[in-house]
Amino acid sequence: MKCKDFLKELTDYLDGKISESLKAELDDHMLWCHECHVVVNTTKKTIEIYRDNQIYELPEDLRTRLHQAIMVKCKQSSHGKKSH
Amino acid sequence: METIQKKADEGITSELALVQAAKKGDLEAFSELVRRYDRNIFRIAQHITHNEEDAQDVVQDAFLKAYQNLEQFQGNSKFYTWLVRIAVNEALMRLRKRRNDRTVSLDEDVETEDGAIPREVADWSPNPEQLYGTAELGDILKKTIQGLSPGFRTVFVLRDVEGLSTEETAEMLGLSVPAVKSRLLRARLQLRERLARYFKSKRGGDGQP
Repeated sequence: MKCKDFLKELTDYLDGKISESLKAELDDHMLWCHECHVVVNTTKKTIEIYRDNQIYELPEDLRTRLHQAIMVKCKQSSHGKKSH
Repeated sequence: METIQKKADEGITSELALVQAAKKGDLEAFSELVRRYDRNIFRIAQHITHNEEDAQDVVQDAFLKAYQNLEQFQGNSKFYTWLVRIAVNEALMRLRKRRNDRTVSLDEDVETEDGAIPREVADWSPNPEQLYGTAELGDILKKTIQGLSPGFRTVFVLRDVEGLSTEETAEMLGLSVPAVKSRLLRARLQLRERLARYFKSKRGGDGQP
């Protein structure tokens, strides 16, 4: 297996969506290819970092305000709504 | 290797019950649906628009549109999937408006070679997050993901941040499964490549990347 072929399978490999036999081939490739080994580990880490550090949390006060605004608009819109 | 994808949302039955009640005009039921998903919608909108004001508008407009079009929701997909689809469209519309650019679309930059071939192959520090404070790390993560094209970052956010399946993401974005997979690979590799500048074991000689 070449690194290029390895890369093609990277997403399925990280998501655990590959057959046992292909997984064995990829694991084997990583044993001797340090670069692919690093790419796998750092890509995995990339995903974990973004998943574990939510960068856009909704502040609670803003959440309350948005919720109120949404419900007011929905109420207004149901008044003007045609019956089904 | 453990699977990265998170388990799909639970509570589909009660979600359906809420949707049915909301369809009949039960505002309290719809309010519960808003509470259930507003954080997710806000995050997705922020990731796409990179603008808090726009993200707030997207949250409001997406829920309002969902409410007004509940009759059209057939229930053959999850309500959340349907809602995110509305929100993604709203967010892309806002992004286009702000950029004054009609070309912003999910099909942008698919052929880019950026990150397709890994160049940064030095290993990272064992705990790269600990190299920076929380605020600094947040800035790095924001700056890095903002450099991705909208199509790439949307796929990455839905799949890897929100933990949706490839199939769900494809359905939400109106893309094929292979298209989602190829964007996801590119997005992951591009982010990895850019984060490497900050997280490499030996930080650059000039101190800053």
